[in-house]
Amino acid sequence: MSLPPLVEPADELTVDEVRRYSRHLIIPDVGMAGQKRLKNAKVLCVGAGGLGSPALMYLAAAGVGTLGVVDFDVVDESNLQRQIIHGQSDVGRLKAESAAASVREINPLVNVVIHNVALTTDNVMDIFAAYDLIVDGTDNFATRYMVNDAAVLLGKPYIWGSIYRFDGQASVFWAEHGPCYRCLYPEPPPPGMVPSCAEGGVLGVLCASIGSVQVNEAIKLLTGIGEPLVGRLMIYDALEMKYRDVKVRKDPECPLCGKNPTITELIDYEAFCGTISDEAQQAATGSTITAQELKDMIDRDEDIFLVDVREQNEYEIVNIPGAVLIPKGDFLRGVALERLPQDKKIVLHCKSGARSAEALAVVKNAGFSDAVHVGGGVLSWVKTVDPSLPTY
Amino acid sequence: MNVLINGVPHDLPADATVRRAVQELTSAVAGVAVAVNDEVVRRGAWDSTPLSEHDRVEVLTAVQGG
Ligand SMILES: [Zn+2]
Repeated sequence: MSLPPLVEPADELTVDEVRRYSRHLIIPDVGMAGQKRLKNAKVLCVGAGGLGSPALMYLAAAGVGTLGVVDFDVVDESNLQRQIIHGQSDVGRLKAESAAASVREINPLVNVVIHNVALTTDNVMDIFAAYDLIVDGTDNFATRYMVNDAAVLLGKPYIWGSIYRFDGQASVFWAEHGPCYRCLYPEPPPPGMVPSCAEGGVLGVLCASIGSVQVNEAIKLLTGIGEPLVGRLMIYDALEMKYRDVKVRKDPECPLCGKNPTITELIDYEAFCGTISDEAQQAATGSTITAQELKDMIDRDEDIFLVDVREQNEYEIVNIPGAVLIPKGDFLRGVALERLPQDKKIVLHCKSGARSAEALAVVKNAGFSDAVHVGGGVLSWVKTVDPSLPTY
Repeated sequence: MNVLINGVPHDLPADATVRRAVQELTSAVAGVAVAVNDEVVRRGAWDSTPLSEHDRVEVLTAVQGG
Protein backbone atom coordinates (compact mmCIF):
# COMPACT_ATOMS: atom_id res chain seq x y z
CA MET A 1 0.00 0.00 0.00
CA SER A 2 1.63 3.24 -1.06
CA LEU A 3 0.47 6.52 0.44
CA PRO A 4 0.38 10.06 -0.89
CA PRO A 5 3.20 12.40 0.22
CA LEU A 6 2.68 13.85 3.68
CA VAL A 7 4.11 17.26 2.78
CA GLU A 8 3.64 19.71 -0.08
CA PRO A 9 6.86 20.74 -1.86
CA ALA A 10 8.62 24.02 -1.03
CA ASP A 11 8.60 26.60 -3.82
CA GLU A 12 12.22 26.14 -4.78
CA LEU A 13 15.67 24.94 -3.85
CA THR A 14 18.53 27.43 -3.69
CA VAL A 15 21.76 26.87 -5.58
CA ASP A 16 23.42 25.82 -2.31
CA GLU A 17 20.68 23.31 -1.68
CA VAL A 18 20.93 21.84 -5.18
CA ARG A 19 24.68 21.32 -4.66
CA ARG A 20 24.23 19.82 -1.21
CA TYR A 21 21.41 17.43 -2.09
CA SER A 22 22.58 16.44 -5.59
CA ARG A 23 22.85 12.73 -4.73
CA HIS A 24 19.18 12.76 -3.75
CA LEU A 25 18.14 14.87 -6.73
CA ILE A 26 19.49 12.41 -9.26
CA ILE A 27 17.45 9.53 -7.79
CA PRO A 28 14.35 9.59 -9.99
CA ASP A 29 12.00 8.63 -7.12
CA VAL A 30 13.17 11.52 -4.97
CA GLY A 31 14.19 14.16 -7.48
CA MET A 32 13.52 17.86 -7.20
CA ALA A 33 9.94 17.35 -6.02
CA GLY A 34 10.92 14.96 -3.22
CA GLN A 35 13.73 17.18 -1.99
CA LYS A 36 11.40 20.19 -1.96
CA ARG A 37 8.99 18.17 0.17
CA LEU A 38 11.76 17.38 2.63
CA LYS A 39 12.63 21.08 2.76
CA ASN A 40 9.05 21.88 3.68
CA ALA A 41 8.80 19.07 6.23
CA LYS A 42 8.59 19.52 10.00
CA VAL A 43 9.72 16.44 11.92
CA LEU A 44 9.90 16.04 15.68
CA CYS A 45 12.23 13.59 17.40
CA VAL A 46 11.06 12.63 20.85
CA GLY A 47 14.26 11.86 22.72
CA ALA A 48 17.82 12.71 21.68
CA GLY A 49 19.18 9.40 22.94
CA GLY A 50 20.04 6.10 21.29
CA LEU A 51 17.44 6.18 18.50
CA GLY A 52 17.17 9.96 18.39
CA SER A 53 20.90 10.34 17.67
CA PRO A 54 21.07 8.64 14.27
CA ALA A 55 17.53 9.76 13.47
CA LEU A 56 18.31 13.45 13.98
CA MET A 57 21.67 13.23 12.21
CA TYR A 58 20.32 11.55 9.07
CA LEU A 59 17.15 13.64 8.98
CA ALA A 60 19.36 16.75 9.19
CA ALA A 61 21.70 15.53 6.47
CA ALA A 62 18.74 14.59 4.28
CA GLY A 63 17.53 18.19 4.32
CA VAL A 64 14.41 18.04 6.47
CA GLY A 65 13.62 21.75 6.78
CA THR A 66 12.50 21.88 10.40
CA LEU A 67 13.71 19.44 13.02
CA GLY A 68 12.36 19.52 16.57
CA VAL A 69 14.15 17.88 19.49
CA VAL A 70 12.39 17.06 22.75
CA ASP A 71 14.61 16.04 25.66
CA PHE A 72 14.98 17.27 29.22
CA ASP A 73 17.96 15.12 30.14
CA VAL A 74 21.67 15.96 30.23
CA VAL A 75 24.42 14.03 28.48
CA ASP A 76 26.02 11.40 30.69
CA GLU A 77 29.27 9.58 30.02
CA SER A 78 27.37 6.26 29.83
CA ASN A 79 25.36 7.67 26.89
CA LEU A 80 28.38 8.02 24.62
CA GLN A 81 28.60 4.28 23.81
CA ARG A 82 25.55 4.69 21.53
CA GLN A 83 24.21 8.26 21.49
CA ILE A 84 26.53 9.40 18.73
CA ILE A 85 25.00 12.84 18.30
CA HIS A 86 26.74 13.80 21.56
CA GLY A 87 30.50 13.88 22.11
CA GLN A 88 32.93 13.89 25.01
CA SER A 89 32.80 17.67 25.43
CA ASP A 90 28.99 17.52 25.69
CA VAL A 91 28.97 15.56 28.96
CA GLY A 92 26.87 17.52 31.42
CA ARG A 93 25.23 19.58 28.69
CA LEU A 94 21.49 19.48 27.96
CA LYS A 95 20.85 16.78 25.35
CA ALA A 96 18.50 18.96 23.31
CA GLU A 97 21.17 21.72 23.13
CA SER A 98 23.94 19.29 22.32
CA ALA A 99 21.86 17.56 19.64
CA ALA A 100 20.88 20.89 18.10
CA ALA A 101 24.54 21.92 17.86
CA SER A 102 25.39 18.69 16.03
CA VAL A 103 22.47 19.13 13.66
CA ARG A 104 23.62 22.67 12.82
CA GLU A 105 27.13 21.39 12.17
CA ILE A 106 25.83 18.62 9.87
CA ASN A 107 23.48 20.93 8.00
CA PRO A 108 23.21 24.66 8.76
CA LEU A 109 20.21 24.91 6.42
CA VAL A 110 18.04 23.04 8.94
CA ASN A 111 15.88 25.06 11.29
CA VAL A 112 16.30 23.33 14.67
CA VAL A 113 13.64 23.79 17.33
CA ILE A 114 14.73 22.93 20.86
CA HIS A 115 12.11 21.67 23.30
CA ASN A 116 14.12 21.44 26.48
CA VAL A 117 11.25 19.94 28.48
CA ALA A 118 9.94 16.62 29.67
CA LEU A 119 7.03 15.60 27.46
CA THR A 120 3.88 15.56 29.60
CA THR A 121 0.15 15.36 29.10
CA ASP A 122 0.13 19.16 29.56
CA ASN A 123 2.45 19.96 26.66
CA VAL A 124 2.47 17.00 24.27
CA MET A 125 -0.54 18.05 22.18
CA ASP A 126 0.77 21.60 21.69
CA ILE A 127 4.26 20.42 20.83
CA PHE A 128 3.11 17.72 18.38
CA ALA A 129 0.62 20.05 16.69
CA ALA A 130 3.42 22.02 14.99
CA TYR A 131 4.88 18.97 13.20
CA ASP A 132 3.98 16.78 10.23
CA LEU A 133 5.57 13.64 11.60
CA ILE A 134 6.91 12.36 14.91
CA VAL A 135 9.81 9.98 15.48
CA ASP A 136 9.54 8.11 18.79
CA GLY A 137 12.89 7.43 20.40
CA THR A 138 11.82 7.48 24.03
CA ASP A 139 13.04 5.02 26.63
CA ASN A 140 10.02 4.16 28.76
CA PHE A 141 6.57 2.70 28.31
CA ALA A 142 4.69 5.61 29.89
CA THR A 143 6.03 8.12 27.34
CA ARG A 144 5.59 5.63 24.49
CA TYR A 145 1.87 5.21 25.20
CA MET A 146 1.50 8.98 25.60
CA VAL A 147 3.23 9.58 22.23
CA ASN A 148 0.93 7.02 20.61
CA ASP A 149 -2.23 8.43 22.09
CA ALA A 150 -1.34 12.04 21.28
CA ALA A 151 -0.46 11.13 17.69
CA VAL A 152 -3.71 9.21 17.21
CA LEU A 153 -5.80 11.96 18.81
CA LEU A 154 -4.12 14.55 16.54
CA GLY A 155 -4.42 12.32 13.47
CA LYS A 156 -0.66 12.37 12.90
CA PRO A 157 1.59 9.52 11.78
CA TYR A 158 4.55 8.55 13.88
CA ILE A 159 7.48 6.26 13.50
CA TRP A 160 7.97 3.95 16.42
CA GLY A 161 11.14 2.08 17.26
CA SER A 162 12.36 0.24 20.35
CA ILE A 163 15.52 -1.59 21.24
CA TYR A 164 16.89 -3.98 23.86
CA ARG A 165 20.24 -5.78 23.86
CA PHE A 166 20.43 -7.26 20.32
CA ASP A 167 16.76 -6.92 19.38
CA GLY A 168 14.87 -4.11 17.76
CA GLN A 169 11.34 -3.48 16.55
CA ALA A 170 9.99 -0.68 14.38
CA SER A 171 6.72 0.30 12.76
CA VAL A 172 4.80 3.27 11.43
CA PHE A 173 1.65 3.88 13.41
CA TRP A 174 -0.92 5.98 11.61
CA ALA A 175 -4.47 5.31 12.74
CA GLU A 176 -5.97 6.80 9.59
CA HIS A 177 -4.30 4.13 7.44
CA GLY A 178 -3.50 1.28 9.81
CA PRO A 179 -3.07 0.12 13.39
CA CYS A 180 -1.69 2.04 16.37
CA TYR A 181 0.69 0.90 19.11
CA ARG A 182 -2.25 -0.19 21.28
CA CYS A 183 -3.57 -2.43 18.48
CA LEU A 184 -0.25 -4.29 18.71
CA TYR A 185 0.43 -4.04 22.45
CA PRO A 186 -2.83 -3.14 24.24
CA GLU A 187 -0.95 -2.52 27.47
CA PRO A 188 2.67 -2.53 28.68
CA PRO A 189 4.23 -5.45 30.51
CA PRO A 190 3.86 -5.25 34.29
CA PRO A 191 6.57 -3.20 36.03
CA GLY A 192 9.70 -5.24 36.49
CA MET A 193 8.87 -7.82 33.84
CA VAL A 194 10.84 -6.19 31.04
CA PRO A 195 14.08 -4.43 31.92
CA SER A 196 15.01 -1.09 30.38
CA CYS A 197 18.28 -0.58 28.49
CA ALA A 198 19.70 0.95 31.67
CA GLU A 199 19.14 -2.38 33.44
CA GLY A 200 19.56 -4.90 30.64
CA GLY A 201 21.99 -3.18 28.34
CA VAL A 202 21.89 -2.48 24.64
CA LEU A 203 24.37 -2.98 21.83
CA GLY A 204 25.35 0.55 20.79
CA VAL A 205 25.15 0.01 17.06
CA LEU A 206 21.63 -1.42 17.40
CA CYS A 207 20.51 2.22 17.72
CA ALA A 208 21.78 2.85 14.18
CA SER A 209 20.08 -0.27 12.82
CA ILE A 210 16.68 0.76 14.13
CA GLY A 211 17.16 4.56 13.99
CA SER A 212 18.05 4.35 10.31
CA VAL A 213 14.92 2.29 9.61
CA GLN A 214 12.95 5.08 11.27
CA VAL A 215 14.60 7.75 9.10
CA ASN A 216 14.08 5.61 6.01
CA GLU A 217 10.36 5.44 6.78
CA ALA A 218 10.22 9.17 7.58
CA ILE A 219 11.65 10.06 4.16
CA LYS A 220 9.24 7.68 2.43
CA LEU A 221 6.21 9.13 4.22
CA LEU A 222 7.26 12.74 3.67
CA THR A 223 7.91 12.25 -0.05
CA GLY A 224 5.27 9.59 -0.74
CA ILE A 225 7.58 6.93 -2.13
CA GLY A 226 7.80 3.19 -1.63
CA GLU A 227 5.84 0.90 0.66
CA PRO A 228 5.60 2.50 4.09
CA LEU A 229 5.91 0.35 7.22
CA VAL A 230 2.22 0.96 8.00
CA GLY A 231 0.44 -2.16 9.21
CA ARG A 232 3.70 -4.05 9.49
CA LEU A 233 6.01 -4.65 12.43
CA MET A 234 9.68 -4.89 11.52
CA ILE A 235 11.64 -7.20 13.81
CA TYR A 236 15.42 -7.13 13.81
CA ASP A 237 17.73 -9.68 15.39
CA ALA A 238 21.33 -8.48 15.36
CA LEU A 239 22.80 -11.82 16.47
CA GLU A 240 21.07 -13.75 13.69
CA MET A 241 21.38 -10.72 11.39
CA LYS A 242 17.79 -11.00 10.27
CA TYR A 243 15.18 -8.39 9.43
CA ARG A 244 11.66 -9.84 9.26
CA ASP A 245 8.26 -8.25 9.21
CA VAL A 246 4.85 -9.40 10.36
CA LYS A 247 1.52 -7.96 9.35
CA VAL A 248 -0.41 -5.96 11.98
CA ARG A 249 -4.03 -5.13 11.44
CA LYS A 250 -6.09 -2.45 13.09
CA ASP A 251 -7.87 -3.96 16.08
CA PRO A 252 -11.56 -3.07 15.77
CA GLU A 253 -11.69 -3.32 19.58
CA CYS A 254 -8.72 -0.96 20.09
CA PRO A 255 -9.74 1.38 22.94
CA LEU A 256 -8.07 4.29 21.12
CA CYS A 257 -8.42 3.84 17.34
CA GLY A 258 -11.07 1.09 17.18
CA LYS A 259 -14.77 1.31 16.34
CA ASN A 260 -15.95 2.32 19.82
CA PRO A 261 -13.03 4.14 21.40
CA THR A 262 -13.06 4.49 25.18
CA ILE A 263 -9.89 6.59 25.30
CA THR A 264 -10.85 9.94 23.83
CA GLU A 265 -8.32 12.12 25.59
CA LEU A 266 -4.90 11.70 27.22
CA ILE A 267 -4.83 9.56 30.36
CA ASP A 268 -2.54 9.20 33.39
CA TYR A 269 0.35 7.29 31.81
CA GLU A 270 2.34 6.79 34.99
CA ALA A 271 -0.65 5.03 36.52
CA PHE A 272 -1.40 3.12 33.30
CA CYS A 273 2.13 1.77 33.12
CA GLY A 274 2.56 1.32 36.85
CA THR A 275 5.70 3.46 36.72
CA ILE A 276 7.96 2.74 39.67
CA SER A 277 11.19 4.01 41.20
CA ASP A 278 14.57 2.83 39.90
CA GLU A 279 15.12 0.99 43.17
CA ALA A 280 11.83 -0.87 42.84
CA GLN A 281 12.52 -1.59 39.19
CA GLN A 282 15.89 -3.01 40.10
CA ALA A 283 14.41 -5.18 42.85
CA ALA A 284 11.71 -6.46 40.50
CA THR A 285 14.05 -7.33 37.64
CA GLY A 286 14.47 -11.09 37.67
CA SER A 287 12.25 -11.35 40.74
CA THR A 288 8.85 -10.96 39.11
CA ILE A 289 6.53 -13.93 38.75
CA THR A 290 3.24 -14.13 36.90
CA ALA A 291 -0.10 -14.79 38.57
CA GLN A 292 -0.16 -18.19 36.92
CA GLU A 293 3.23 -19.00 38.42
CA LEU A 294 1.90 -18.03 41.83
CA LYS A 295 -1.08 -20.34 41.27
CA ASP A 296 1.30 -23.16 40.36
CA MET A 297 3.32 -22.54 43.54
CA ILE A 298 0.15 -22.68 45.62
CA ASP A 299 -1.04 -25.83 43.84
CA ARG A 300 2.31 -27.51 44.44
CA ASP A 301 1.94 -26.58 48.10
CA GLU A 302 5.25 -24.73 48.11
CA ASP A 303 6.41 -23.14 51.34
CA ILE A 304 5.60 -19.52 50.54
CA PHE A 305 4.43 -16.55 52.58
CA LEU A 306 2.05 -14.54 50.41
CA VAL A 307 1.68 -10.88 51.36
CA ASP A 308 -0.90 -8.48 49.96
CA VAL A 309 0.59 -4.96 50.29
CA ARG A 310 -2.60 -3.08 49.39
CA GLU A 311 -4.98 -1.34 51.80
CA GLN A 312 -7.72 -2.98 53.88
CA ASN A 313 -10.57 -1.69 51.69
CA GLU A 314 -8.94 -3.03 48.55
CA TYR A 315 -8.38 -6.39 50.23
CA GLU A 316 -12.08 -6.55 51.00
CA ILE A 317 -13.03 -5.99 47.35
CA VAL A 318 -10.96 -8.90 46.11
CA ASN A 319 -8.05 -10.92 47.44
CA ILE A 320 -5.93 -13.91 46.61
CA PRO A 321 -6.72 -16.88 48.89
CA GLY A 322 -4.12 -17.27 51.62
CA ALA A 323 -2.66 -13.76 51.30
CA VAL A 324 -1.79 -11.87 54.49
CA LEU A 325 -2.54 -8.15 54.37
CA ILE A 326 0.42 -5.90 55.27
CA PRO A 327 0.04 -2.48 53.57
CA LYS A 328 3.00 -1.08 51.65
CA GLY A 329 3.37 1.78 54.13
CA ASP A 330 4.32 -0.73 56.83
CA PHE A 331 7.21 -1.87 54.65
CA LEU A 332 8.41 1.66 53.98
CA ARG A 333 8.29 2.41 57.73
CA GLY A 334 10.12 -0.85 58.39
CA VAL A 335 7.52 -2.25 60.80
CA ALA A 336 6.38 -4.98 58.38
CA LEU A 337 9.67 -6.86 58.38
CA GLU A 338 9.22 -8.46 61.80
CA ARG A 339 6.03 -10.10 60.56
CA LEU A 340 7.86 -11.97 57.79
CA PRO A 341 8.96 -15.55 58.50
CA GLN A 342 12.65 -16.23 57.85
CA ASP A 343 12.11 -19.79 56.63
CA LYS A 344 9.58 -19.20 53.86
CA LYS A 345 9.85 -17.67 50.41
CA ILE A 346 8.23 -14.24 50.50
CA VAL A 347 5.80 -13.47 47.66
CA LEU A 348 4.37 -9.94 47.49
CA HIS A 349 1.46 -8.66 45.44
CA CYS A 350 -0.65 -5.54 45.12
CA LYS A 351 -3.24 -4.38 42.58
CA SER A 352 -1.06 -4.06 39.46
CA GLY A 353 2.52 -4.70 40.54
CA ALA A 354 3.83 -1.20 41.23
CA ARG A 355 3.43 -1.07 45.02
CA SER A 356 4.59 -4.65 45.47
CA ALA A 357 7.77 -3.79 43.55
CA GLU A 358 8.46 -0.95 46.01
CA ALA A 359 7.85 -3.22 48.98
CA LEU A 360 10.04 -5.84 47.32
CA ALA A 361 12.97 -3.41 47.29
CA VAL A 362 12.60 -3.03 51.07
CA VAL A 363 12.24 -6.77 51.66
CA LYS A 364 15.26 -7.62 49.53
CA ASN A 365 17.36 -4.96 51.23
CA ALA A 366 16.45 -6.60 54.54
CA GLY A 367 18.06 -9.83 53.37
CA PHE A 368 15.14 -11.79 51.93
CA SER A 369 17.07 -12.30 48.71
CA ASP A 370 14.74 -14.90 47.15
CA ALA A 371 11.62 -12.76 47.63
CA VAL A 372 9.53 -12.11 44.53
CA HIS A 373 6.49 -10.08 43.57
CA VAL A 374 3.60 -10.83 41.24
CA GLY A 375 3.69 -8.84 38.00
CA GLY A 376 0.29 -7.37 37.27
CA GLY A 377 -0.88 -8.04 40.83
CA VAL A 378 -4.35 -9.17 41.75
CA LEU A 379 -5.70 -7.79 38.47
CA SER A 380 -3.57 -10.29 36.63
CA TRP A 381 -4.69 -13.03 39.04
CA VAL A 382 -8.32 -12.30 38.20
CA LYS A 383 -7.58 -12.17 34.47
CA THR A 384 -5.52 -15.32 34.19
CA VAL A 385 -6.36 -17.51 37.19
CA ASP A 386 -9.86 -16.77 38.45
CA PRO A 387 -11.99 -14.60 36.15
CA SER A 388 -14.97 -15.11 38.45
CA LEU A 389 -13.49 -12.62 40.95
CA PRO A 390 -14.39 -8.91 40.80
CA THR A 391 -11.89 -6.23 39.68
CA TYR A 392 -11.77 -2.55 40.58
CA MET B 1 -0.38 -31.25 16.51
CA ASN B 2 3.06 -29.86 15.82
CA VAL B 3 3.61 -26.11 15.71
CA LEU B 4 6.74 -23.98 15.73
CA ILE B 5 6.80 -21.48 18.59
CA ASN B 6 9.63 -18.96 18.24
CA GLY B 7 11.41 -21.43 16.00
CA VAL B 8 11.14 -24.41 18.38
CA PRO B 9 8.79 -27.36 17.67
CA HIS B 10 6.02 -27.86 20.26
CA ASP B 11 3.47 -30.66 20.46
CA LEU B 12 0.06 -29.13 21.25
CA PRO B 13 -3.43 -30.64 21.58
CA ALA B 14 -5.36 -30.72 18.30
CA ASP B 15 -7.79 -28.04 19.52
CA ALA B 16 -5.08 -25.62 20.74
CA THR B 17 -5.70 -21.90 20.29
CA VAL B 18 -3.28 -19.00 19.96
CA ARG B 19 -3.54 -18.39 23.71
CA ARG B 20 -2.47 -21.97 24.38
CA ALA B 21 0.65 -21.45 22.26
CA VAL B 22 1.53 -18.26 24.12
CA GLN B 23 1.20 -20.13 27.42
CA GLU B 24 3.86 -22.57 26.26
CA LEU B 25 6.36 -19.72 26.62
CA THR B 26 4.93 -17.33 29.18
CA SER B 27 1.99 -16.96 31.48
CA ALA B 28 2.21 -13.19 30.94
CA VAL B 29 -0.39 -11.52 28.76
CA ALA B 30 0.29 -7.80 29.16
CA GLY B 31 3.07 -6.56 26.90
CA VAL B 32 2.92 -9.65 24.71
CA ALA B 33 1.98 -9.79 21.03
CA VAL B 34 1.73 -12.93 18.95
CA ALA B 35 1.99 -13.54 15.23
CA VAL B 36 0.84 -16.71 13.48
CA ASN B 37 2.34 -17.31 10.03
CA ASP B 38 3.67 -13.73 9.93
CA GLU B 39 0.43 -12.04 10.90
CA VAL B 40 -0.28 -10.58 14.34
CA VAL B 41 -3.40 -11.99 16.03
CA ARG B 42 -5.11 -9.26 18.01
CA ARG B 43 -5.42 -9.88 21.75
CA GLY B 44 -9.21 -10.20 21.62
CA ALA B 45 -8.93 -13.11 19.18
CA TRP B 46 -6.39 -15.27 21.04
CA ASP B 47 -9.05 -17.58 22.42
CA SER B 48 -11.08 -17.83 19.21
CA THR B 49 -8.19 -18.42 16.82
CA PRO B 50 -7.38 -22.11 16.44
CA LEU B 51 -3.94 -23.28 15.35
CA SER B 52 -3.23 -25.72 12.55
CA GLU B 53 -0.52 -28.29 12.03
CA HIS B 54 2.85 -26.70 11.20
CA ASP B 55 1.74 -23.15 12.06
CA ARG B 56 4.60 -20.79 12.81
CA VAL B 57 3.88 -18.90 16.01
CA GLU B 58 5.97 -15.93 17.07
CA VAL B 59 5.56 -14.64 20.62
CA LEU B 60 6.86 -11.07 20.89
CA THR B 61 7.54 -8.99 23.98
CA ALA B 62 7.26 -5.21 24.09
CA VAL B 63 10.55 -3.51 24.91
CA GLN B 64 10.86 0.11 25.97
CA GLY B 65 14.45 1.05 25.15
CA GLY B 66 15.29 3.94 22.87
ZN1 LIG C 1 -5.25 1.16 17.87
